[in-house]
Amino acid sequence: MDNKEDKGWSPYLAGALTGVVIILSAGIAGQYFGASTCFVRIAGFIEQIFSGEHVVSSEYFSRIAPYVDWQVMMVLGILIGAFISSITDGSFQIKAVPDMWAERFGPSPLKRGFFAFIGGIILMFGARLAGGCPSGYGLGALVQLAVSGLIVVGCFFAGGIAFANIIYRRG
Amino acid sequence: MSTLINGLITGALFGFLLQKGRAVRYDKQVGALRLKDMTIVKFFFSAILTGMVGVTVLHKLGISPPLILPTNIGANIIGGLIFGLGWAITGYCPGTSLGALGEGRTDALWGIMGMLVGAALFAELFPVINETILTWGKEGSITLPQLFGINDWLVISIFVAGGLVLFYWLEKKGL
Repeated sequence: MDNKEDKGWSPYLAGALTGVVIILSAGIAGQYFGASTCFVRIAGFIEQIFSGEHVVSSEYFSRIAPYVDWQVMMVLGILIGAFISSITDGSFQIKAVPDMWAERFGPSPLKRGFFAFIGGIILMFGARLAGGCPSGYGLGALVQLAVSGLIVVGCFFAGGIAFANIIYRRG
Repeated sequence: MSTLINGLITGALFGFLLQKGRAVRYDKQVGALRLKDMTIVKFFFSAILTGMVGVTVLHKLGISPPLILPTNIGANIIGGLIFGLGWAITGYCPGTSLGALGEGRTDALWGIMGMLVGAALFAELFPVINETILTWGKEGSITLPQLFGINDWLVISIFVAGGLVLFYWLEKKGL
């Protein structure tokens, strides 16, 4: 269990400091947060290995071309930052099945992996249709008072809350 | 090149803070969606409210030009709800999945692979979607102050006040 004496920070403090990072990235690099666009770039990059022509002729991959940009590096940075933070405070833990999931759906890593994969397909399809993910619409668009940010963040939570409660409802 | 290094440092700071706030793990993400543990909501809105004030100042000073994601009402709503379904199953969003992997949650890797497949699938269907859903309610890059015809700072004040009421209520409820 991870609960005993978890030395995490207040989410208000960590969140507000993230707000400062958002301001700095806008001020220094002119870049706004986002994470889902780079999944398109990386998917295009992987597809290119198998069929370069298919990617070149794709309308979507010509709009969002497979190359390494600020956001690809930023998302890679998230992995590194979380690793450094968790290793240095002892919260790093190799774990294949989350506690809450195991309690409801059992301890099988294969079952958990399968559903994580299927959910991943669905959520990324939804994110690209909406035009972004919680990073892009919350930390990028809503921060700039965009109407789209408010609509999409509202729908993320409305959909997520509705479906999570359906999934976890005991029959 | 410096842009790429800037991206890496920005991401590392973001990932560090996400992990310190304990916001990346499945139990916190789905805990919020089940309305049992609002850690990620506190983190997310603290970041948004802080960022909102500073970024608006930068816009006013002309330091960083705005980059407003366009409003496409149909795609925004349908895509947002579909995202919610997948998010409730996977328990990670695109940004936090990398953070969860960073703190050793190996199931996030399956989620990430699914997300790459989802991105590829969307690219295949884009020509059709672009002619249909993406044409429903196309409003362009509009902001809330433009929509309501009010001052930026009034909109921000409403958000900050709403956020503080939400935080107060969550603490009172012990969520």
